[in-house]
Amino acid sequence: MTETAPFFSDADLAGDFYTRRFQPGPSENTLILNMGPQHPSTHGVLRIVLEVDGEYIVRAEPVLGYLHRMHERMAEEKTYLQYLPNMGRVDYLHALAWNWAFVGAVERLAGIEVPERAEYIRVITTELNRVASHLVWWGAYLLDLGAFTPILYAFEDREWILDLLQTPTGARLTYSYFRPGGVAADIDKEFLKGAKDFAVHMRDRLKMYKDLVTDNIIFRKRLEGIGPISLDMCRRYGATGPVVRGSGLAYDVRRAEPYSVYDRFEFEIPTTGSGDAMGRYRVRMEELEQSLRIIEQAVDSIPEGEIRVKGAPKVKWKAPAGEAYFAVEGGRGKIGVHLVSDGSNRPYRCKLRAPGFSNMSLFGEIARGILLADAVAILGSLDLVIPEMDR
Amino acid sequence: MDLGELDARKGFFKETLAGLWSLVVGLKVTGKYFFRPQITVHYPRRTVDNIPSFRGPIELISREEDPAKPKCGACSMCVSACPSGCFTVTKKRPPAPTPEEIAEQKEKEARGEKVKKKAAPKEPERFLYDYSLCSLCGTCVEACPSGALRFSASPYRAAFDRKELVFDLLADLAERAREDRNPPGTGKTTE
Ligand code: SF4
Ligand code: SF4
Repeated sequence: MTETAPFFSDADLAGDFYTRRFQPGPSENTLILNMGPQHPSTHGVLRIVLEVDGEYIVRAEPVLGYLHRMHERMAEEKTYLQYLPNMGRVDYLHALAWNWAFVGAVERLAGIEVPERAEYIRVITTELNRVASHLVWWGAYLLDLGAFTPILYAFEDREWILDLLQTPTGARLTYSYFRPGGVAADIDKEFLKGAKDFAVHMRDRLKMYKDLVTDNIIFRKRLEGIGPISLDMCRRYGATGPVVRGSGLAYDVRRAEPYSVYDRFEFEIPTTGSGDAMGRYRVRMEELEQSLRIIEQAVDSIPEGEIRVKGAPKVKWKAPAGEAYFAVEGGRGKIGVHLVSDGSNRPYRCKLRAPGFSNMSLFGEIARGILLADAVAILGSLDLVIPEMDR
Repeated sequence: MDLGELDARKGFFKETLAGLWSLVVGLKVTGKYFFRPQITVHYPRRTVDNIPSFRGPIELISREEDPAKPKCGACSMCVSACPSGCFTVTKKRPPAPTPEEIAEQKEKEARGEKVKKKAAPKEPERFLYDYSLCSLCGTCVEACPSGALRFSASPYRAAFDRKELVFDLLADLAERAREDRNPPGTGKTTE
């Protein structure tokens, strides 16, 4: 089976490297199908080569790299401060978590203290951003499953957050707001009030979301028991975030390796043991509630003070030689930045650990033997952000 | 009909009813929405009201005493700070010496004294900014030692050609001064 299958050569549709390498299986009745790179349910340019037997998937292989922008390489070409805008563009939905992962790594590398107020600001804005990220996931996931209305409701609520975050950050999506040693701009009373009002408003909406979608019988039938992921599989692939929590392990970086001031807030780590798409869905919906709790607590207890430490890195700043790793909990799982410095003003190496990549890797295994229509439900439940996977 | 079949039928009816009920619940939610006022904004006829907090393209801040002159000291700090190389800044050349000055210099030279050349004024001759490369990160604003840069609040700078997005910030400043819409300090210009 090393020759190209006649189907391709006869029709002169030899395909590209990936389709040729993806050899047809032992059965003659299967069809090789490309899902993506332009496909409405892959949200960006993810391509999955599928071998289907009728409606059933025999094999699936994700093909990545369409959005590879060499972020890691770019880090080696730019100074530490110049690299910050890149972080807003790795995962556009939860940009602040990536901001945080990078400045956190720089701070750990250089031993920079962060003022307490800045830490609180980071918590509040990152949690708001997490809610926004989950809302986009929620809307888009239901859109994949054929429900059009929810995304409009989700975007209505997300608009609140974007308007709020626009004031201190100046942007609506690709934030570049955190700085080593603090944040770029202070937040005012109005912002804090807005954040609190939003939490109240969002609670109300979550009830509506539950009535409209979570309790809907068609929706539940579509998700329950679909795409079960065992804990063992999560371990093998390094899945984190709502995926591993949906499989029953309460692993959350905010609790497992507490950073910043997260240890001062009360919040739970929602888990479900079912491991199916519905479990992951429930975990994320519960996480929205937990994020709101954190926001409320942080708004109530935010101290006054500096937002940026004196002597924070400036343009010509050089990092001390050494290595540092910093991990934060992003909307999709554990985000890690590993910096190696040789003492110059640019990182010698910068490794970005994207949770989406690990979460997506297990798709090939769970897709075996499922219906094509369920593949969409599973992909959506993994909450993939393609630019993050490709980096 | 045995009991098992009866149970199955009961289950079927129950499920159907539950399904119909969730349909009603969903319709109630969307139905309520139908009678609510519209929340979207019809763009060209109306705009949103939080544009001032948006970070638009970079612009120069003028001096207090002269709204047409930038605070910029042409130190090129922003040029080296910007991750994308958006700026091209050239310093003004020293002014050409007048004939009297030349004569004076020559005299001094003849006497073997040191000749001091005129220092270049700390002002930019040219200040170009390529908006098509800018990621609006704010590194330049923070890096500028004279506090001469800020974000404007004009989100409508679209163009058909990349070249149209290279702005001459000095000309832009002069124009703003002429039209008298040049808020001092960090206040932003809106379109
Ligand atoms: S905002 Fe950032 S990318 Fe834009 S000109 Fe300033 S430093 Fe360069
Ligand atoms: S704008 Fe600021 S940083 Fe840039 S050249 Fe002028 S004074 Fe220097």
